[in-house]
Amino acid sequence: MAQARSNRPLSPHLQIWRWGPAMLVSILHRVTGNGLAFAGIGLLLWWVGAIASGPEAYQTFIDYAWTGASGGLAVVTALLGKVVLIGLTWAFFQHAASGVRHLVLDVGAGYELEANARWSTLTIVFSVLATILFWAFVLLR
Amino acid sequence: MGNGTSIGRVRGLGSSHQGTHHWLVQRLTAVGNLVLIPFLMISLVLLPSHDYATVHAWVAKPIPSTALILIMINTITHARLGVQVMLEDYIHEEGGKITAWLLVNIVPFAAAAFGIISVIRIALGGA
Repeated sequence: MAQARSNRPLSPHLQIWRWGPAMLVSILHRVTGNGLAFAGIGLLLWWVGAIASGPEAYQTFIDYAWTGASGGLAVVTALLGKVVLIGLTWAFFQHAASGVRHLVLDVGAGYELEANARWSTLTIVFSVLATILFWAFVLLR
Repeated sequence: MGNGTSIGRVRGLGSSHQGTHHWLVQRLTAVGNLVLIPFLMISLVLLPSHDYATVHAWVAKPIPSTALILIMINTITHARLGVQVMLEDYIHEEGGKITAWLLVNIVPFAAAAFGIISVIRIALGGA
């Protein structure tokens, strides 16, 4: 890498290209994937570790991640927790839909310009709708 | 870069020939996640309540605890491979690369071990 840097032509970066759905979905795939990897698995481990540690630890988790019932700092983190949890469900739906699209692309299908743009857009439509439906079900049942 | 010259190979600058395996495992674990994560999400949403007793009893059942342990293996493997690709794309300096390599090879295993121990403890009635 080091010796390759000087005097080489630079490839155009993000700001050069006209934005299209495939670019957006590609970047979202990386962002949501890494968000799920760090925040998602982090939260999952906190949750399962809290259950394994007993009722008090579980109550602390629920408090800090969702209800904020103990007041103070928990009120802030609970608000944040709701944003993160809703964000994580959207991230999962987006990453899953985009991932399925990648599996289709892997067999060599879906590269025609129009089909590619259409399926890219549909992954976003799906993830937003699925997130709304999921949380509507959670909060209204 | 080592494009196949002998000195490039000595310096370890060429391909490590692990790319295909990495690619394939990423996809295998992706399919696993498509089953495991919706199972977890739907099950949690359908629980009658989210108090300690209910959630603990659910995790302790054989199928949920199996699914959770599979998540600790499958999903964390998938995440590890994905984070590795992200780090490879953005970290170019030698020190950063070594740090990233250490983290990518240690943190996911620690995370999975913690998750699996927790599930086993719940399933076998330690808590």
